[in-house]
Amino acid sequence: MTSDTDTLTAEDPITGEEIEIPADVEVGEIIDSPVTGTELEVISLDPVVLEEAPELEEDWGE
Amino acid sequence: MRVGILYSRIRKDEKLLLNELRDRGHEVEKIDVRKERFGLESTTAAVDDLDIAVDRCLSTSRSLYATRFLDSYGVPVVNAPETGDVCADKAKNSLALAEADVPTPATEVAFTKEAALEAIEEFGYPCVLKPVTGSWGRLMAKIDSRNAAEAILEHKETLGHYEHKVFYVQEFVDKPGRDIRVLAVDGEPVAAMTRSSDHWLTNAAKGGETNSFELDDRATELVETASDAVGGGMLGVDLMEVGVDADGGADDYTVHEVNHTVEFKALDSATDVDVPARVVDWLEAKAAALADDGEAPEEVNA
Repeated sequence: MTSDTDTLTAEDPITGEEIEIPADVEVGEIIDSPVTGTELEVISLDPVVLEEAPELEEDWGE
Repeated sequence: MRVGILYSRIRKDEKLLLNELRDRGHEVEKIDVRKERFGLESTTAAVDDLDIAVDRCLSTSRSLYATRFLDSYGVPVVNAPETGDVCADKAKNSLALAEADVPTPATEVAFTKEAALEAIEEFGYPCVLKPVTGSWGRLMAKIDSRNAAEAILEHKETLGHYEHKVFYVQEFVDKPGRDIRVLAVDGEPVAAMTRSSDHWLTNAAKGGETNSFELDDRATELVETASDAVGGGMLGVDLMEVGVDADGGADDYTVHEVNHTVEFKALDSATDVDVPARVVDWLEAKAAALADDGEAPEEVNA
């Protein structure tokens, strides 16, 4: 759901609160929850669904 | 051009790249490797008609396998799986640099804690113990004493994945509180920055302060040679200054590693260079050269 031209609203999967996220997010993108700071992954855009992002794994990096 | 982006996580780096590609009117196929299957002759991933695929996998294991499969289907992929194979393993990385006569820190690999302890004692203290795979400075140990060495080796041997029993021991390079990260495309530097910290680990991922850096001829030459040594592509070449005098001038450099899925958001912020634009310039040139060579991917979707 678009709240204005710059943000979307979505449910924080951890707290259940409605949060605002940048309107230009895309599927797979990682954002920080404005409520808890937890990393969230954008799962879909229509509707906007967020999930807690996967934990760091040992082989992640450059 | 039609560009595939292999990913499992869209970070700021990937977002910058995607935006630049789309702004230039390129068709982008995002391929989340977590959702795909890769068979011996075909894949569920939408790789048909890609002019080029860019590996942006955060996970090294996924990066190595996904690029290998795409390469087997005839899909042009950067970086090449051979480059990933060398860069993903610090021992192979060090060997490739040494074989190309690129100055690199003295390194030994040992397979038991007893042999590793001998290597450590021979290097003297401090020296450095690193996992052969991994990034962002994780699980790196600066060893200051025999007691510390014994404890770390025992922990690694007891608790670790089998790769932690490949003990990668390296001389400690007394760098001037900073190292240098260069993003290069097929050996040509795009941008360079220093990463400074009071801590011995200066990685940007560890919170090191970043500043733009002007490469001199020697550093430029080493970046080109190091890139060639690992097979070329879009790479993050890490150098340290050695023999630094009171005025801050360095006698030479040592290249400690080359990274194959290089992050560039910090470089983009620290320098005046439009890094994603330069990367896309390179991708366009690469795709055009492949088209001229007549390298077209086959129909491989499952």
